[in-house]
Amino acid sequence: MKLLTHNLLTSHVRGLRPGGGFPLRIQASEVRVRPVPFNAPFVARLVPRLQWAALLQAAASLGHPSELPPEPAPDYEADEEFLRRLHHLLLEVEVVEGVLECPDSGRRFPVSKGIPNMLLGDDEA
Amino acid sequence: MAGSGRRPEHRGPPELFYDEAEARKYTQNSRVVEIQSQMSERAVELLGLPEDRPCLLLDVGCGSGLSGDYISEEGHYWIGMDISSAMLDVAVEREVEGDLLLADVGHGIPFRPGMFDGCISISAVQWLCNADKKSHSPPKRLYRFFSTLYTALARGSRAVLQLYPENSEQLELITAQAMRAGFTGGMVVDYPNSAKAKKFFLCLFVGASSTLPKGLGTECADEEIHQAKFTNERTRFRNVKGKSVKKSRDWILEKKERRRRQGKEVRADTKYTGRKRRPQF
Repeated sequence: MKLLTHNLLTSHVRGLRPGGGFPLRIQASEVRVRPVPFNAPFVARLVPRLQWAALLQAAASLGHPSELPPEPAPDYEADEEFLRRLHHLLLEVEVVEGVLECPDSGRRFPVSKGIPNMLLGDDEA
Repeated sequence: MAGSGRRPEHRGPPELFYDEAEARKYTQNSRVVEIQSQMSERAVELLGLPEDRPCLLLDVGCGSGLSGDYISEEGHYWIGMDISSAMLDVAVEREVEGDLLLADVGHGIPFRPGMFDGCISISAVQWLCNADKKSHSPPKRLYRFFSTLYTALARGSRAVLQLYPENSEQLELITAQAMRAGFTGGMVVDYPNSAKAKKFFLCLFVGASSTLPKGLGTECADEEIHQAKFTNERTRFRNVKGKSVKKSRDWILEKKERRRRQGKEVRADTKYTGRKRRPQF
């Protein structure tokens, strides 16, 4: 699971408050870095959609503290250095094994072989 | 696929049907691979994405990632969801570029609102019409899927879902739940006159509705409409209401026929019926 997916993913257990279940807490036991070709326009288009605080927190919890600023700079589209760092964090760092925990309900979603298991039981859906 | 005559949905839940053996077909059987990639190509075409911008797409029922391969070729990025872990294992083996998620779409799409520029799905949505467990209710699961999909998509984006409906009731159920969730749009049918090549694409719009794209192979169906309509009804001596003009031969024949039906004594119809008596009579 890439950190981009983590930044978009929410828990969908029944009975959460609106907008709840985000961000999922990561407890990773295996993390890998896989190179992905850099695409500046795509990364720039992602910036407005990201929850910046959640991204920095997730990066820190994986042991990949980045040199990203606490807020994206106003002229980020032209700043290639910034986009490259963001690209590395969003698309190249992957959680292979671990657990995602819903911050509201405490439900734990296991991650195995890089695939988060978001299946719910009958009573949770 | 449905090659054996029986529909795969009738054999059991998708997480059990798509086991290792079935998943293998999606990499080794060249016919399956070809059909899957053709359908994904058409689905991405129907999405109408801007050419110059790389987009983030959601692939519902991504399976082994065959549809995702086409998305990556086009220069877009994708996140895939599937309920079968065997199919996802094949996707991991094939080292697809998109990110994968093991989830049941009938429980909802677990993403923040407005995150995706589009959604495609190849032969997956009809599985939601089955109740595989006692707790499953197809309309509820479909509604949950469509309403959460609607939220996860950005305004002005589209979802193109290719599906194999079993009958017209199923098609109606799926479309009705999609409209209830707020989508506009409708069904695009490719090659409607062919039994085998016929494909159903549910094209859904979020927000402003645009015109529905036309299905492929529908050109002959349109030509028939332009031709003159054939009818064997005589309209020459009929007025607007469909009744004959009074005192005409047609009117007399109709009246005689009506009285015959009432059991009255009526002279037979001859070539002289309704003719004027000449003054020399």
